[in-house]
Amino acid sequence: MARITMREAISKALWEEMERDERVFIMGEEVGVWGGTYAVTKGFYDRFGEKRVRDTPIAEAAIIGGAIGAALTGSRPIAELMTINFAFVAMDHIVNEAAKLHYMFAGQFKLPLVIRAVSGGGRQLGATHSQTPDAIFAHFPGLKVVSPGTPADAKGLLKSAIRSDDPVLFIENATLYQSKGEVPDDLDYLEPIGKSKIQREGDDVTIVAYSKMVPAALEAAKQLADEGIEAEVVDLRSLRPLDMDPVIASFKRTNRAVIAEEGWRSYGVGSEVSARIYELAFDYVDAPVKRVAQAEVPLPYNAKLEQLALPQTEDIYHAVKEVIYG
Amino acid sequence: MEKTDYLNLYREMVIIRRLEESAAELYQKGKIGGFLHLYIGQEAVSAGIGSVRQPQDRLITAYRDHGWAISSGIDPKIVMAELLGKVDGCSDGKGGSMHMADVEKNFWGGHAIVGAHIPIATGLALGDVYLGNDDAITICMFGDGATNIGFFHEGLNLSKVWNLPVLWVCENNQYGMGTTVERASAVSEIRQKAEGYGMANERIDGMDVMQVREDVSRVLETIRKEGGPYLLEIMTYRYRGHSMGDPERYREKEEVKKWEENDPIGIFRLYLINEAIATDDELDEQDAQAESIVQEAVDFAESSPDPDKDALFDHIYAEPTPIEYRGYALEQESEGN
Amino acid sequence: MAELVTMPKLGFDMAEGTLVRWVKAESDTVEKGEVLAEIETDKATVEVESSYAGVVYRHLASEGTALPVNAPIAIIADKGEEPSDDDIDALLGGAGSQVPEKKTVQEERPSEAEGTQAEEMAEPIEEKATSTTPVGGVRSSPLARRMAEDHGIPLAELDGSGPRGRIVKQDIENYLESIDAESVAEGTEAGGKELQPMTAYTMGEVPEDEVIAMSRLRQAISRRMQDSNQNFPHFYLTRVYKTGALMKLRKELNQLLPDEDKLSVNDFILKATALALRQYPNLNASIEDESHIRRHGHVNIGVAVAVEGGLMTVVCKDADQKPLRLIAREVREMAGRARDRKVKPEDIEGSTFSVSNLGMFGIDEFAAIINPPEAGILAVSAVQNVPAVEDGELVIASRMKATLSADHRVTDGAEAAEFIAVLAEFLEEPMRLLI
Repeated sequence: MARITMREAISKALWEEMERDERVFIMGEEVGVWGGTYAVTKGFYDRFGEKRVRDTPIAEAAIIGGAIGAALTGSRPIAELMTINFAFVAMDHIVNEAAKLHYMFAGQFKLPLVIRAVSGGGRQLGATHSQTPDAIFAHFPGLKVVSPGTPADAKGLLKSAIRSDDPVLFIENATLYQSKGEVPDDLDYLEPIGKSKIQREGDDVTIVAYSKMVPAALEAAKQLADEGIEAEVVDLRSLRPLDMDPVIASFKRTNRAVIAEEGWRSYGVGSEVSARIYELAFDYVDAPVKRVAQAEVPLPYNAKLEQLALPQTEDIYHAVKEVIYG
Repeated sequence: MEKTDYLNLYREMVIIRRLEESAAELYQKGKIGGFLHLYIGQEAVSAGIGSVRQPQDRLITAYRDHGWAISSGIDPKIVMAELLGKVDGCSDGKGGSMHMADVEKNFWGGHAIVGAHIPIATGLALGDVYLGNDDAITICMFGDGATNIGFFHEGLNLSKVWNLPVLWVCENNQYGMGTTVERASAVSEIRQKAEGYGMANERIDGMDVMQVREDVSRVLETIRKEGGPYLLEIMTYRYRGHSMGDPERYREKEEVKKWEENDPIGIFRLYLINEAIATDDELDEQDAQAESIVQEAVDFAESSPDPDKDALFDHIYAEPTPIEYRGYALEQESEGN
Repeated sequence: MAELVTMPKLGFDMAEGTLVRWVKAESDTVEKGEVLAEIETDKATVEVESSYAGVVYRHLASEGTALPVNAPIAIIADKGEEPSDDDIDALLGGAGSQVPEKKTVQEERPSEAEGTQAEEMAEPIEEKATSTTPVGGVRSSPLARRMAEDHGIPLAELDGSGPRGRIVKQDIENYLESIDAESVAEGTEAGGKELQPMTAYTMGEVPEDEVIAMSRLRQAISRRMQDSNQNFPHFYLTRVYKTGALMKLRKELNQLLPDEDKLSVNDFILKATALALRQYPNLNASIEDESHIRRHGHVNIGVAVAVEGGLMTVVCKDADQKPLRLIAREVREMAGRARDRKVKPEDIEGSTFSVSNLGMFGIDEFAAIINPPEAGILAVSAVQNVPAVEDGELVIASRMKATLSADHRVTDGAEAAEFIAVLAEFLEEPMRLLI
């Protein structure tokens, strides 16, 4: 067990899996010589060489398309998108090719592919570099979409993604890279894809969150606890497949839910989780489900405005107070 | 080549022709749905390249793929079954006309999005290099229209930067859907685009199957010896429209007629007779065989069953995964493969 | 071979039933045991299963028709079979029975099919107008509604603390606690609620008399109650029960129980009554004929449940043998079914003595009419905190009144009074119910 940052956890997962299986290699922009724009692959080039840590031109379609082709031959590529905002350039290859090839050819095409991408805003990078479009990718059957909220989950889920024979979009959050947590050392430490996790137990309200909103929810839960309100925080971890079981089990006890995500509210993750709560637990609803999300604006550059637009711990706190009529 | 090889090659081209003609009829009867892109007129290209590639060479193409399916060795029965969407099709009826494949024959499809398979082809070659399959070449077919899309440039550029063993083949049938090359491309000869990537390139005739065989063998040899990607522009022509339902307002009937005089099957027949490899009668017999093979294929496909409704949820993922069905979780488990 | 389906007899006193809905249409295949139609009786709407497998060849009754028991309602034939007219006659037992022609699609359309687009549009707009007021005119969360149903709490009585007057879980919980409370209740306004201002007074139009058709259930109740009240000699005994110990025990036990088994006051009363009846079998009896009384072997307590349009009695069988939690669960489930009009025949048959509880409506005292052929019925009123005298001192104590209506042909005042006394022992020393 070690207390490390999420960046280190991700780095370790990549390193250990590359040592474990020679078929695994990394390709992307600036992953090699530069060491990764978020320093995740620092040191990898020296250790694994240019064959296994491949710098690519700025050509996202070729990066993802190339990774798809390589995966088809039996290698296990990990393609990196410098940020998920660049995924749109390779949208066809992510949702039309990677998500569908296995199905369209009746299982002949195997795609043991991982696409890593950084999502989220809050660093004054401007609207086109600050989006959280996770829900869009979760919309497509055939793709698996995973996004950890803790360092331990980051390591365990990334290892599972690399070992999975299905195409997995692994969404990281830049502002979480320096968050710290206890992470097991075990080389085979795996967390299952498609399973939500209770990060905090409580009986008064259910807070559903993932990625950046998990620490925010836990912080809000601390504040609420001071007032005698015990919140249960359910971390989705996977957006597809979506595991509603712990959410519903929790909701049946608490009868109120708040869903927190960094993306926009309209057509977001909260829409899906909320709809399913009503479908699966209608008779247990004591208050309408509340969604905490980003303001419906392109994210502005000015720091104060940016923070105003992004969902914060206080927003979760106030949402809880609303749903418990307290 | 032995005499039987010649006859087989001839028959293969006739099978492709007859299969495409039957497909057109079935489409009009409503038995084939969606899009149907016919290969009629281009048979020499797939037959030629298919007959000179090595088993370790990977073949990938766009949506005009029935000829490539046959030339890769897929049984016409299975091709026809896939066209009718039946469970005995090469993609279990779930891919249709544009998504035929058989990875055991190293045929990687059949792709519908224009140019999207080009970076994937780069990836196939990358995979072979990475895994140490030194002798393998990825042969990637695409049309003249696809050479103008971003994917083309990204794929070709990367193949050159990493010196990947890819044979890029443009089947230039003069039209990207209804738009001539002049109206869509900045350069008049597709092969010129390779110059922009410092890539070796050549233009060859695609109506003569023996010529195709000779030229492509040579180029494959070059790639195997010297490595790196190569662009081949093959001049050919499609006698039917872009797909079924194309009113063909963009070309004159006379033009089509002129190209029909250079029918690849006719050209090959003449060659075989002139070189005294086969007689008219022998070739007629091959014609008859091809017809009956195609008829068998149609009969087989028509009597093949539709996929079971549970097949809807098969193959979404390779691993057993709970499948969301109509918004309710865990209705189905994916079979996994 | 073609088979005839007739109106089934669904209850010992069912004379006719109404074919509410065909579940299987003409030409549908049906398996043995599959639901064929929904038939309404005096008591409930029942799903009737097919005894035959085959194809529904013809419907002989249309939806909404009332027919006597044993009247033909359908013909089921083998797949592909076309019974001749003679075959059909034979099935129906000769001429005289009208066999309707196989309905064509057009006939089924309502005659006023010329509704214009505008008319069709009118309906949804009407619905919209009423949708600004919530269902039943009361705003409540789905959870609160469910809890209120489970505990028999009339939602309209409550004030909601949620936004726009929404009744929420906390409100139900508060209400339940307040009726449990043994603490001194200050003020007499129900739980200290503020007086709600009334709506503005307007002198409006006086509506016309309205004649409403009585539902089958209402008709049945009407007949039976008249019969009972007029023909059987009722006498009445009232007693005040000390319920402090009962309420305390109930509260303690409910902390141990899951939601679906939680005990209501009535569950204790059912058990106590059943045990008391064991000691006074004349009250658990029926008149057999002019000179005989049948004392029943089973003690099956009927519980009156208010349903839309009337009253239904669900039966807790062998209540003397069952633990309190099982009584609670069974009664809760059967009452739910009764309210949903999905009651099963066994739910409503076999009662030997009944209990009617109007306590939740705040009634202090009432007398019920006996359900024939039973010999008695206990009418239970509200548990209330009232002034009482204990050990010469004036105290506030928990008390409940109950009135026994008994049939004087079968029992007398003295015997009935002893029964009441024994019942009191069980209720006032409720530990006796547990052993």
